[in-house]
Amino acid sequence: MGTQSISIKVNGVEQTGEVEPRLLLVHFIREDLGLTGTHIGCDTTHCGACTVILDGQAVKSCTVFTVQASGKEVLTIEGMTTNGELHPLQAGFMEEHGLQCGFCTPGMIMVSHALLQENSNPTEEEIRFGISGNLCRCTGYVNIVKAVQYAANKI
Amino acid sequence: MIPGTFEYHKPSTLDEAVALLASLGDDAKVLSGGQSLIPMMKFRLAEPANLVDINGLEGLDYIREADGYLTIGALTREAELDRSDLIKSKYPIIHDTAHVIADPQVRNLATIGGNLAHGDPANDHPATMVALGAEVVVFGPNGSRTIGIDDFFLGPLATALKANEILTEIRIPVPPANSGGAYIKFERKVGDFAIAAVAATVTLDGSGKCVKAGIGLTNVGPTPVRAKAAEEALIGNPLTDDNIATAGRLASEASQPVGDQRGSEEYKRAVVEVLTKRALHKAKARAEGGK
Amino acid sequence: MTELKTSAEIGGMGHSVKRKEDPRFIRGRGNYVDDVVRPGMLYMAIVRSPYAHAKILSINSEKALAHPGVAAVITGETLKEYNLHWMPTLMSDTQMVLPIDKVMYQAQEVAAVIATSRYAAADGVELVEVEYEPLEVVIDPFKALEPGAPVLRTDKEGQKDNRIFHWEAGDKAATDKAFKDADVTISQDIYIPRIHVASIETCGIVAEFDSVEGQLTLWMTSQAPHAHRTVFAMVAGHVGLSEEKIRIISPDIGGGFGGKVPIYPGYVIAIAATVVTGSPIKWVEHRRENLQADSFGRDYHMHAELAADKDGTMKALRIKTIADHGYTDAATQPSKWPAGLFAIATGSYPFEAAFCEVDGVYTNKPPGGIAYRCSFRVTEAVHAIERLVDILADDLGMDPAELRMKNFIPPEAFPYKSVLGLEYDSGNYAGALKLAMEKIGYQDLLKEQKEKRERGELMGIGISSFTEVVGAGPSKDFDILGLKMFDSAEIRIHPTGKVLVRIGVQSQGQGHETTFGQIVAEELGIPVSDIKVEHGDTDTAPYGLGTYASRSTPVAGAATAMASRKIRDKAKKIAAYLLEVSEDDLDWEPGKFFVKGVPDKAKTIQEIAFAAYTNHPQGMEAGLEAVSYYDPPNMTFPFGSYICVVDIDSGTGQVKIRRFMAVDDCGNIINPMIVEGQIHGGLTMGMAPALMEEISYDEEGNIYGGSFMEYLMPTAMETPNWETAKTCTPSPHHPIGAKGVGESATVGAPPAIVNAVVDALSHLGVRHLEIPLTPEKVWRAINGL
Repeated sequence: MGTQSISIKVNGVEQTGEVEPRLLLVHFIREDLGLTGTHIGCDTTHCGACTVILDGQAVKSCTVFTVQASGKEVLTIEGMTTNGELHPLQAGFMEEHGLQCGFCTPGMIMVSHALLQENSNPTEEEIRFGISGNLCRCTGYVNIVKAVQYAANKI
Repeated sequence: MIPGTFEYHKPSTLDEAVALLASLGDDAKVLSGGQSLIPMMKFRLAEPANLVDINGLEGLDYIREADGYLTIGALTREAELDRSDLIKSKYPIIHDTAHVIADPQVRNLATIGGNLAHGDPANDHPATMVALGAEVVVFGPNGSRTIGIDDFFLGPLATALKANEILTEIRIPVPPANSGGAYIKFERKVGDFAIAAVAATVTLDGSGKCVKAGIGLTNVGPTPVRAKAAEEALIGNPLTDDNIATAGRLASEASQPVGDQRGSEEYKRAVVEVLTKRALHKAKARAEGGK
Repeated sequence: MTELKTSAEIGGMGHSVKRKEDPRFIRGRGNYVDDVVRPGMLYMAIVRSPYAHAKILSINSEKALAHPGVAAVITGETLKEYNLHWMPTLMSDTQMVLPIDKVMYQAQEVAAVIATSRYAAADGVELVEVEYEPLEVVIDPFKALEPGAPVLRTDKEGQKDNRIFHWEAGDKAATDKAFKDADVTISQDIYIPRIHVASIETCGIVAEFDSVEGQLTLWMTSQAPHAHRTVFAMVAGHVGLSEEKIRIISPDIGGGFGGKVPIYPGYVIAIAATVVTGSPIKWVEHRRENLQADSFGRDYHMHAELAADKDGTMKALRIKTIADHGYTDAATQPSKWPAGLFAIATGSYPFEAAFCEVDGVYTNKPPGGIAYRCSFRVTEAVHAIERLVDILADDLGMDPAELRMKNFIPPEAFPYKSVLGLEYDSGNYAGALKLAMEKIGYQDLLKEQKEKRERGELMGIGISSFTEVVGAGPSKDFDILGLKMFDSAEIRIHPTGKVLVRIGVQSQGQGHETTFGQIVAEELGIPVSDIKVEHGDTDTAPYGLGTYASRSTPVAGAATAMASRKIRDKAKKIAAYLLEVSEDDLDWEPGKFFVKGVPDKAKTIQEIAFAAYTNHPQGMEAGLEAVSYYDPPNMTFPFGSYICVVDIDSGTGQVKIRRFMAVDDCGNIINPMIVEGQIHGGLTMGMAPALMEEISYDEEGNIYGGSFMEYLMPTAMETPNWETAKTCTPSPHHPIGAKGVGESATVGAPPAIVNAVVDALSHLGVRHLEIPLTPEKVWRAINGL
């Protein structure tokens, strides 16, 4: 089986390479690019730990082939900080204690980012629904909701 | 969870895509949103030698009304249906449906075409399309053909779509005035496949009598189930609590559930009855101008 | 409430200090095992059995070895050459690393493929050909105990049946007599199903062996790195692994909850593979193998009985349990009692007599019996007693709150010795329940329920007044393979007054880098921002037994306070020298010693630290460091009262938790923000098995499901907005009066939820429901089916 040329802009930087068509986007991000903030938790599109923004939309990068992302833009957790300045969501997770073990956190931040881009003033119910594709085992979600509300108030 | 190897093809025209499918034969699968196919590949339940990615095809992503039909391009994402003002205001049953499919990230990629073409009776759009009396348009080597929704689903993961055809459009007759529909899904947790779900549409005449009804059931049979007897029981009658209750009972009888981790056959039948009633009440309220 | 002794800037106990771990996590800069990459690293993937019980006729690796990228296939025969194909469990049973002749559960490890990439390793797994001959399967633990059942552990000499152990506690004769004499007796079968902790990070290891130095370095998802190092040294000593040359680094851990305490075969195979291939090996489970083969929690079949007087005075308790341990006893509970701390079953009530017995049983299921975010078997015991209390209340026509209030062990009775042998340290049970009732508006809820019931609506109110037992544990009662359950802290004050703290426990999200700094800040008055806390590297951290069973604060937290106090003692000597006064003339306030009555004449801890390296008294050793290994005199007994309000859809049986008020008492609190977060998480992991989660098997031993499609973990949509409040009853024997809290809510929540659902249906004659309370179960109860 052959490889395929790809070119993906990740966190603003053009990345090119030759990949097997079956290479999952999450493995490209984590292993080829070394951006290990994007995590793998379930393999089956349920936990959302691998969530990244693909052309402005939150997707689960364990369920996208790298070749599908060619020509597109990807934003990962590493790209959320600008000039060392935390994104309000990052600050919100810290201020409101929206994380414990930290493993689901990047995915939670990315999906919340997409949510706030579409709806800058979500209700609690809308936040809960917006993060319902992401599992957290530590926090019971209460403070994650507060973290998103914190960011919504800042943005 | 690593998929097997495959060759990746990304045609830019429908003709090219169909020609590829014809030449690759049974070893090819169409990659649309990929949200059902890729997990199956990761479990190696599907190991296609070729993937034909249709996401490069232009002009298959639209929601519009024309010539008495609502037409939806097969590559329209669930999230677009969920967001669409046209869908929200005039076809709330489709909004109900798209809104409860999987989760936000999956809805950003998953397509309505894929949801139907996958032929999974647990998917949500099939029952809704049954209730709406939709048609699907498929494109093959000999051009387009239209298949009525009742002829489309043949069995679990089996549809009338041939291996060298691509589903391109869903066509829904624009409902007459005083119509309403609703999709109610009962799930173990948000985003799960339904224990059972019911899509119901009704059209009322000036006196409140039901002149048209559609009832489709999710995940209680080898295909989406049309509850025909329930529909017939409603037509020509006012939508009283009693008549709706009768329709609920008949829908339950029409369902063909199999006991599994989501519930026993007996339970699923009971759920179908309850949900049918709720969906009909909601459809009726919408037909009468409610939300 | 915990009294504040330090300023917010110092950040000692009681301050909601922001977490030190967060800056890296919110930037995606955590360092989890799967993030570790070593030069020349190979990847491992595991071939697993499709059968629950089968002979292995042959394993053919040829095709796999021919696949591009596959470097090796490791089987039981490979390991047998080194006598590494079996290993001991932490319960002194034995477990296969890789099988030679038969498999004992579905998804058991059969062979491992080593390859140059994750992808090639996965391909290799598909190409290993294994021939099996299925054997008779034993799945039902009751059938496993019947005469004539196939004996599963044919490898164990003298094993004639499938019983692992029989354990009992209490006075049988006195209990039987109390039951005979009682006005009222009730009994209930209660099953607590098999569940899985399912931390979002699965288990994994990067194993790297340097054959020249004989050095083995392991990055491993371990809740107990030191104990694991010793076990590896003991198991593999004969092949040349020596404890000083084994280094385990437990980096950031993506949730543990008990699932990262066991030593899984995959770890051992990866170690064997790095030794055999000479290359670093990475193995990270995918979710299916995590759910199907890793240690489970619970699986307790209980027959529970309670005897009482007509007026509701509880007299005696009797519980008989069959515990399904799977094919080997690989539980991870270090007490000397095979059923762990099940003796907490008398709960918050002063029984005159009690008797509990537990039989452990082998079946063709994965091994385990680990805690699922609880101390060992405490959740099962608490579920039994809190269900029984509600059933008794129902039988007597009493309000469940009133019945509890009538019976609680009174505050003045502590320390309280239970009839099952535990000595409760402190408690004020009525205080917690009273607060919960006030906070949630109990009386109003009763009124609302009455009105709703008249309208045919289903609403229920459920209470659970649980007592936990955590902090394993006193050396007389607790060990892992002989290692006593002390824990440790090492504190170094640098010349500039900054601090390095190393602890023997290992965070998996609890925030140790923050809270252990706060303990030192409290004791020494040094700002928490000047304190760096490290853990998880066995080469640098002092020996400890790890983090589980809510033991970090009770044991290592105590060690940290004790080590700080040793430092303060030395600091006092230095201060006296610097101030030219006698030690007796000095007083301490956080951060400085001063001359009694002359507050201006003082030396700060920072000045003292500098002097410890530059100007210390003659005859005194330089430096300001201390180590403490703390052997707790007793366990701690956190408690609480929870009240849950549910609404039930009578058409579908769906349960919705409308409100949930959790009043917890964990003694003195180090960081209220972190405690509240732990309670939120614990409540969610209590709700999960109460309503959704379960691992089940068909008669052939096939597991239902192996993904989060089937294993139903709650999302933000199913989880209510938890309400919390607290009372504070410090532990009298703990140096800082703290008790541990990470698991209280997981223990206390399930019976509150079940009690609420049963309460909603009690007028329909429903008296008990088994968890998980699936919509169908509830619907059947509503319809009397």
